[in-house]
Amino acid sequence: MKKWTVILEIFLKDGIFDPQGKTIKDALHNLGFKEVEEVRMGKVLKIDIYGDNKNEVFEKIKKMSEIFLANPVTEDFNIRVEEE
Amino acid sequence: MKVGIVIFPGTNCDMDTYHALKIVGLKPVYLWHKEHDLKDVDLVILPGGFSYGDYLRAGAIARFSPIMREVVDFANKGGYVLGICNGFQILLEAGLLPGAMLPNITNSFICKEVYLEVLNNNNFFLRRYSKGEIIKMPIAHKEGRYYISQKELEELKENNQIVLKYFGENPNGSIESIAGIINKRGNVMGMMPHPERAVELFLGSQSGINLFLSFLDEE
Repeated sequence: MKKWTVILEIFLKDGIFDPQGKTIKDALHNLGFKEVEEVRMGKVLKIDIYGDNKNEVFEKIKKMSEIFLANPVTEDFNIRVEEE
Repeated sequence: MKVGIVIFPGTNCDMDTYHALKIVGLKPVYLWHKEHDLKDVDLVILPGGFSYGDYLRAGAIARFSPIMREVVDFANKGGYVLGICNGFQILLEAGLLPGAMLPNITNSFICKEVYLEVLNNNNFFLRRYSKGEIIKMPIAHKEGRYYISQKELEELKENNQIVLKYFGENPNGSIESIAGIINKRGNVMGMMPHPERAVELFLGSQSGINLFLSFLDEE
């Protein structure tokens, strides 16, 4: 089996207020970066995992995300599988 | 009524909850999260704290603790389950109650006394309060912004499942100022405020005592 590295990004769903993102955006504006329209702050998980192929790994991480790593009520996630 | 208090790693309101139950004359038992035995209790309380350090999301890891399988079965059979603060977060993560918790709108930990309005007293847990009663209890949380989809919110309202609302100020940005909800069947309730910290006058309020007194009566 090959070893893969998965980058899992988790963000609050669009439309849900993200106080951290808002605070960071305000700070950027104060620093003069007025062009910044929005900042959303999420979580990133780096997962090393064994699997036969990319698709199998993707599906496994998707399942983990749906039942545990992300909350389907409030969060969306994005999976990136990279071969080591 | 025999009451069990579940302890997860990071739970820190177990003794306060025990004390509140003792004041009303009950002798609760502790239930360790690794056990599978609910010790024949009639009511399970998931107390407050920071189970598993609130890692990932508050309650997200505790919901997979061994004892939670038993708690879910117990609740599905009609057993009474009360989640306070972190316990409420765990009930949401476990799917025993609808919705989810988000970080407070202030992006900070909030620890203070708040006023609550009892919206629905027609249930096992709040029957000793009156509808519309304003009570005072402390809150102490960082992830207490209750969130639910608009569709499910309408369902909560239709079924009178919103039992407690913040009165006056909405401290954490909860949708509709929701502080506590109950399931449709009426046997599982979650609340962010701490009734166990409001059972004696020198604590600043006795508003929580009626909740614990309701566990004395015959059903």
